[in-house]
Amino acid sequence: MSPLFFWIASALMLIFGAAVIINRNPVASALSLVVSFLGLAALFMSLDAFFIGIIQVLVYAGAVMVLFLFIIMLLDLRAEERRRINIGAFAGGVAVAIVFFAQLYLVIGQLRTAKLPFAALPATSGDDVHRVGLLLFGNYNLPFQIIGVLILVATVGVIVLSKRELR
Amino acid sequence: MVTLGDYLFVSGVLFTIGFAGVLLRRNLIIIFMSLELMLNAANLSLVAFSRFRLDSLGLPNYHGQVFVFFIITVAAAEVAVGLAIIVALYRLRRTTHIEDINSLKF
Repeated sequence: MSPLFFWIASALMLIFGAAVIINRNPVASALSLVVSFLGLAALFMSLDAFFIGIIQVLVYAGAVMVLFLFIIMLLDLRAEERRRINIGAFAGGVAVAIVFFAQLYLVIGQLRTAKLPFAALPATSGDDVHRVGLLLFGNYNLPFQIIGVLILVATVGVIVLSKRELR
Repeated sequence: MVTLGDYLFVSGVLFTIGFAGVLLRRNLIIIFMSLELMLNAANLSLVAFSRFRLDSLGLPNYHGQVFVFFIITVAAAEVAVGLAIIVALYRLRRTTHIEDINSLKF
């Protein structure tokens, strides 16, 4: 986990994350979000969470972003770019965000364990897919099944919502 | 040397970017993307804590990663349902701008 890699991946993630909310064009925002998620996947890999990193790329940078781009192109949102900004609401939003971040920064500064570096892992720790899978199908089997039902419900709900006439 | 605090700091900055996006932007789809940024910031700190808190074998605490897996799954379902609602709304009102959708506003 080299510091250079960490800071490059974080800078990539944060710059493109900021680009998501700065861009006026929704397509540019969605593409910035993809790069931001790739940076986040790199950070997951730097934390030895290879399974989560791969899932992040597959689910977010793959499936979710295709869905976002598809909807943006379906709705044709170009008229939204010409809106004026309400100055009062803008200043209030920035102030609330800055206060929130200052609080978070103070709490992290107070945390004693936050100043410790990460301990090295033993050489046999590369099999995190195996270990996450054992937990998922052992300890967390019931939540796993419930998640399956949740996805089924979401699928049915999306089909019902996209019907032309709701009854 | 990268510490736990560095990861928590980066995660906090990402969460603040998402929070600012929800407060500042007026386009429903951009607000939805900002929600995703906030979810992912929480995931980053969960994985950082999972890597930091080693168990008796010296391995990361994989319970945190299972939790992140569940969050990603629920977020994917949420995106599908949310975008379907946005499409239904657009069909009804021809807009995704939240200042045009204020029937519930006092």
